[in-house]
Amino acid sequence: MHVAYPAVVAALLFSVGVYGVLARRNAILVLMSVELMLNAVNLNLVAFDVWWRDRLHGGQVLTLFTIVIAAAEVGLGLAIVLLVYRNRRMIDVDRLRTLSEDAAPAPEVGDGDAGGVRAAAAVRAGGKGAAT
Amino acid sequence: MTGQEIVFTLLGVVAVGSAVLVVTTRQLVHAALWLVVSLGALAGGYLVLTAEFVAWVQVLIYVGAVVVLLLFGIMLTRAPIGRAADLDSGNRWAALAVALATAGVLVSVVVIGFRDASMPLRAGGGSADALGAAVFRTWVLPFEVLSVLLLAALVGAIVLSRSDVGGPKEKEPTKKRGER
Repeated sequence: MHVAYPAVVAALLFSVGVYGVLARRNAILVLMSVELMLNAVNLNLVAFDVWWRDRLHGGQVLTLFTIVIAAAEVGLGLAIVLLVYRNRRMIDVDRLRTLSEDAAPAPEVGDGDAGGVRAAAAVRAGGKGAAT
Repeated sequence: MTGQEIVFTLLGVVAVGSAVLVVTTRQLVHAALWLVVSLGALAGGYLVLTAEFVAWVQVLIYVGAVVVLLLFGIMLTRAPIGRAADLDSGNRWAALAVALATAGVLVSVVVIGFRDASMPLRAGGGSADALGAAVFRTWVLPFEVLSVLLLAALVGAIVLSRSDVGGPKEKEPTKKRGER
């Protein structure tokens, strides 16, 4: 089989993932697009492992490791998304601008997990002041 | 074109097409279900490439675990079930330009670079026997490090998603969602 077929499919999958990461607003859809990009890399690893007939099976073993790391990544990512949802009542990555340089429209929130519920209360109260 | 190339091309068309639907559909749950189709077609591609153990691990972990986790995330963030108009960001045209540029560069590079490279596909290279021997003989140290990493990710996810760490949980009204 020609090597170009899996390489082209992987390149197209990667660009679709790039589009999804850049164009989507929902944080879960961004995570799905990251999964697509990781899968493109996995396809490349498997294809080149088969091409070179690696005796140590480095490509396929690295693919297994990448799948495991992707599972850990999506678990942690969803935990973070749920925490953001609990504090802000939305997971819109365009409106999470607390870390931006210019004056952010989002209100300040407390530091750490202990301020989470109070920050949500401040958001509900109209977003006037910082939760202390 | 050999038969393997035809089958791989069909699976690749299915994978890329459903991936495009993942990033363009207007319904969140449909995006997760199209992701199942895309990852399943990719597992079929692994089977064509004789990497059968990786294919079944892909089906088990990605289709079985990761997509279910993503569906749980969609449900727990109370996403709209029907059509949602605000799933796409305002910079989607810039994103489209960047993605097309990436696709053009990568596809032209791999087509030029691997124009006359071909690989013989012989069965057995990716069986569970061969991969198990490779993992537990050569790659056993990264394997153990990875298990520690999984444990750390598990503990981190539990600590992040527990709501009773920082104080008593209160019942939260949905006024903020109504304002949107």
